[in-house]
Amino acid sequence: MEKLITEFSIGLFFWQAVVFILLLLLLRKFAWKPILNAVNEREQGIRDALDAAEKAKLEMANLQADNQKLLQEARAEREAMMKEARELKTKMISEAKEEAQEVGSKMIANAQVAIESEKKAAVAEIKNQVASLSLEIAEKVVKDELSKNDKQLNLVKDMLNNATLN
Amino acid sequence: MQRKILVRLLLVLVIAFTSFSCAKETPQDKQAKLDRKQDVKDYVTHHLLDSHDFGLYSYTDDAGEVHHVGFPLPIILWDNGLKVFSSSKFHHGETVAEVDGNYYKIDHAKIYKTDAAGTINYDDKDHATNDKPLDISITKGVFMMLLTSLLMILLFMGLAKSYAKNGGIAKGAGRFFEPIVLYIRDDIAIANIGEQKYKKYMPFLLTVFFFIWFLNMFGLTPLGVNVTGNIAITTALAIIVFLITTFTGTKDYWKHVFDPLGDGMPWAGKILIYIILVPIEILGLFIKPFALLIRLYANMTAGHVVLGSLLGLIYIFQNWIGGTLSFGLAFAISLIEILVALLQAYIFTMLAALYFGFASETHEHAEEHDGEVAHL
Repeated sequence: MEKLITEFSIGLFFWQAVVFILLLLLLRKFAWKPILNAVNEREQGIRDALDAAEKAKLEMANLQADNQKLLQEARAEREAMMKEARELKTKMISEAKEEAQEVGSKMIANAQVAIESEKKAAVAEIKNQVASLSLEIAEKVVKDELSKNDKQLNLVKDMLNNATLN
Repeated sequence: MQRKILVRLLLVLVIAFTSFSCAKETPQDKQAKLDRKQDVKDYVTHHLLDSHDFGLYSYTDDAGEVHHVGFPLPIILWDNGLKVFSSSKFHHGETVAEVDGNYYKIDHAKIYKTDAAGTINYDDKDHATNDKPLDISITKGVFMMLLTSLLMILLFMGLAKSYAKNGGIAKGAGRFFEPIVLYIRDDIAIANIGEQKYKKYMPFLLTVFFFIWFLNMFGLTPLGVNVTGNIAITTALAIIVFLITTFTGTKDYWKHVFDPLGDGMPWAGKILIYIILVPIEILGLFIKPFALLIRLYANMTAGHVVLGSLLGLIYIFQNWIGGTLSFGLAFAISLIEILVALLQAYIFTMLAALYFGFASETHEHAEEHDGEVAHL
């Protein structure tokens, strides 16, 4: 202990205190503060970047889920549209068929009516023609017959016979 | 297997070396060896002391004349006025320096005022009784201190600038120290002082850590400077720690010193205990930094003494086996000393941070700690 006290150098103590405090002040201003600030800033930056990455990852997952949902919706919509189209198609076909059938049957009916009337007209005409023809024939026959008296008498006789018979 | 062989080899060497040294001894040799022992002891003691010039090495030429190689340092004395002169005037302590009609002589690294012949009077305890002028010379220790400061300024200002230049990423030599800076921040400052208050102590902790570490490392170089192993240096550091602790002490810190039991006891009971407890607490305020200064001083001095003695053994034995063994041991101790250099800087910083942590403790903080303990 005594040796320590005799060895104690005031000069060294003085210089150590002065130099150390100066060094402390100097380094505090020009080294430690900028260093610690830079390191803190960097660490904050890393933390922020990690947070941002985590957020981006979440967003990405959300986006992917959204995409999946959209895709599914689109698929469902397509399916629905296809189904609708198919239904529409069958409906249209059946409607067309019905319409065609209706039109056809109407046409057939019309045709039948036309045929009927034509037939009637034709028959009437034939009847007329037959009547006129028969008249002509009858005229000719009558003319021919009645040119001779006996024959006229015969006829009348026949006719009277017939009439009495009736 | 290899290790076994090595151990056996060492054993053989030890046995051979002891028998050799026993066999050869004559009374004359014994006397020479004792002289050499004294020489080594003086040398080691001298090395531990500060010196007024920067000696690199010395040798004795064929004519028996001792030459010192190194450079002189400025001597600054206050002796009825400032006296500044070069230490070359002392001729390595061998002559008397005459300045402005006053005569000075160096004895055991201290400057004394003497008469023209340079007589130094000793008392019965072998202490010089001459007048001592106030000596604030730039000694070897101060020189190394300034050199270390310069190195730190260059290194850490460079590091600070490299952050600004490279967008927050360190470049250059300084970046080797970045992990250490971070370690001191995270595991010394934040761990002991706490997240809220560590910032104001950081400059001191960083400065003191690197200052002690670098000076310790310089002490291991062949320059042979024992700065941190000097009691004046460690005292100055410890006083700064004490001042910071005292002036940043919170209300809770002082309350803890003067009223350690708090409200847990009626005052009548406390008074009896406090007669003993409060003086102990007050003593503790001084013992803490005192332990710091003694620990650093003793560790570094011990390291230098052991290394110096082991190297000195080479001169004492003066045979190839003893020399080799001493060298091997000195080498091993050097490696340990490199670790000790870092360890002592760490311990000093760590304990300083711990004391700052006590000083800056507030009540909420204390509760936090209690919570932690309870969790454990």
